[in-house]
Amino acid sequence: MPRVKIDRHSMAEQDAAVRVGNFQEVPFGYDAEQAMAEASRCLQCKTPTCMDGCPVEVDIRSFLLAVEAGKFADAIGIIKNTNGLPAICGRVCPQETQCEEQCLLGKKKRPVAIGNLERFLADWERGQNGSNGDAKSAPAARNGHRIAIVGSGPAGLTCAADLARMGYDVTIFEAFHKAGGVLIYGIPEFRLPKSIVQAEVDYVASMGVEFRYNHVIGKLDTVDELLEQGYSAVFVGTGAGLPYFMGLPGENAIGIYSANEYLTRSNLMRAYDFPNADTPVLRGDRVAVIGGGNVAMDAARTALRLGSREVSLVYRRSREEMPARNEEIHHAEQEGVRFEYLCAPTRFESDENGWARGMTCVRMQLGEPDDSGRRRPVVIEGSEFFLPADVIVVAIGNGPNPLIAQTTADIATTKRGTIRADKFGRTSKKGVYAGGDIVLGAATVILAMGAGKSAARAIDRDLRGIPDPVEDEPAATA
Amino acid sequence: MVTASRADLPGATPGPGPAGTIIETEALVPGLIHRMRFVAPAIARKRRAGQFILLRVDADGERIPLTIADADPNEGTLTIVWQVVGLTTSKLAQLRAGDRLLDVAGPLGLPTHIEPWGRVACVCGGIGTAPMYPIAQALRAAGNEVDTIIGARTKDLLILGGEMAQASDRVLFCTDDGSLGYHGFVSGLLDERIAAGERYGHVFAIGPVPMMKATVAVAKKHGIAATVSLNPVMVDGTGMCGGCRVTVNAETKFCCVDGPEFDGWGVDFDELQKRLASYREYERRALEAHDCRIGLGGR
Repeated sequence: MPRVKIDRHSMAEQDAAVRVGNFQEVPFGYDAEQAMAEASRCLQCKTPTCMDGCPVEVDIRSFLLAVEAGKFADAIGIIKNTNGLPAICGRVCPQETQCEEQCLLGKKKRPVAIGNLERFLADWERGQNGSNGDAKSAPAARNGHRIAIVGSGPAGLTCAADLARMGYDVTIFEAFHKAGGVLIYGIPEFRLPKSIVQAEVDYVASMGVEFRYNHVIGKLDTVDELLEQGYSAVFVGTGAGLPYFMGLPGENAIGIYSANEYLTRSNLMRAYDFPNADTPVLRGDRVAVIGGGNVAMDAARTALRLGSREVSLVYRRSREEMPARNEEIHHAEQEGVRFEYLCAPTRFESDENGWARGMTCVRMQLGEPDDSGRRRPVVIEGSEFFLPADVIVVAIGNGPNPLIAQTTADIATTKRGTIRADKFGRTSKKGVYAGGDIVLGAATVILAMGAGKSAARAIDRDLRGIPDPVEDEPAATA
Repeated sequence: MVTASRADLPGATPGPGPAGTIIETEALVPGLIHRMRFVAPAIARKRRAGQFILLRVDADGERIPLTIADADPNEGTLTIVWQVVGLTTSKLAQLRAGDRLLDVAGPLGLPTHIEPWGRVACVCGGIGTAPMYPIAQALRAAGNEVDTIIGARTKDLLILGGEMAQASDRVLFCTDDGSLGYHGFVSGLLDERIAAGERYGHVFAIGPVPMMKATVAVAKKHGIAATVSLNPVMVDGTGMCGGCRVTVNAETKFCCVDGPEFDGWGVDFDELQKRLASYREYERRALEAHDCRIGLGGR
């Protein structure tokens, strides 16, 4: 059959009615046969455009060719030349707006399922040897420079892995007791199993990267103190860990969570397994989640799995403007999340003991486009109504964590509190680099990884006294 | 390589065992209030009065915040004092010298803001005496004259009297039942002393929320600025979760990064008191489930 006639292979997944009762991963992934068949859809373009959409420059055409031939070890090797976290990227990257958006096949038909294939390969490799390690990760000869990485999220892990590969001695400082940052505390098990994150972290560790846990930089040591201790460079990847609230009356009632807290309790602290795990999370009968991003979907779907009877997702625009990935919205719909589009809370209501009991909302209609290019929601007068909820999760976004900026006098920040960095991650302070959400504001895993990669190269060039390339690197901090 | 290293840094004074190792434990009030000293050289060297740690007892455990009651930078140890209120504090009370805390992160929060106020009243209720101890020391080191008022329900529940006597110029005791010292609340004694002509440049109050609220009311009545140290529900301690939000002067603050100490005049104590009840039902269930698991069921 000609390649273009083959339909895109979808992954089998847990039935929605079953999966709301567990935290296990939703899609089952491809088997080898499906993977080879899907890879065979690739047109092997002479000048492939898919790679242009990949912030970490995976050689997509080559790895697809290897998969088609059943050479899975070669294929994962090709990915890992530039991407140390394929099992994660294959699951949480928004491929539809990255590599797959650029796929030529997508002009006429559905694009090659690049993300699903990346996921397949990472899982295949883990199945082969129980880890994500391979010969290509063998570190180069040590060059004697020590590098400090602050934060073990996607930016930090990527920067660390690349630097270790170049021969640097890398130490990652992590505030929590587990590595992975948002991959661990933020993204739920049903979307990204913790065992997979752990395998990727183990892989980075196998390259000689040292992890120091419970180590809050800015408090225990400042960035300046790290430099004084002999680190040749410091990479700051502290993420967007400052939850935004709405500033509405009644917001501090019991049962009103930031998505960060709600998800951290459930994911990192395993509150879903309470009382086997000691950390509780309030399991509302009726839960309302405010927001329209992936984090809001994660919170709403977590609420269902925690046993809530009715979960509403309140978003002030329409489905079209929702920033969440289509797949996540679709999964949430299948699982029974009630979507309240064009709806915004105006005040939170609580009982006399301070427990949330719902919120007053207004209906919206879409007006002219605003700065974001999306149509601005406008309140419909007289449309107030009461939405009952005993747990409310505010998932309207996060700002940059302020600890580093507060404790590093000579690091320039923006009005929004993000750290200023050039496109290679250099900050205003010599020897200090930054990337990921602390620079970008809340963005995606893959952009953070791109920034980590870019900064690793800049650190290497600066320490070796090599000028920046004339050609632009993939813009990590655009 | 993944290492178990926590607070130990290159060049840190090697303590008697790896970070987290417990040196000694002591029941200040048997079954209720406990004190523990453990190894944490990097934190011990860095911490300042008013700061806290987050710790986890075991792999299933919660992250709980506890104010640092004392530290010895030379020996590389921290001291904490806590009251058994739920599962985690009860697990903590079962640990002995030689056992090891799983995780200790800190020092967190902002250090106490200290000025040369002249004469200062440190008003402590119950377990609040422990976090007040380093503050009293620091106040005195900054040249202040420190009057400490310590209160408890009854004399057997009164802790750290000796330590506070060392750290203060004057210590006064209060008991609700009159079994020791002034018969009544700390706020009442403070009020009487100020009314009688004692002049304080600043008041510090740490203890149960109603006690802080009452003490701040007295300070405010006499026009004296007051600092309180708050203890809301907290998870991460680095400004990430927003669980510890408190309202101060009509603004929402995150206790972990903006506090734990705040201008007492502006704190919404009623809201704090309500939020502290968030997990009471869950705490009860956790304790029961735990007792079941370790075979203490049927009580």
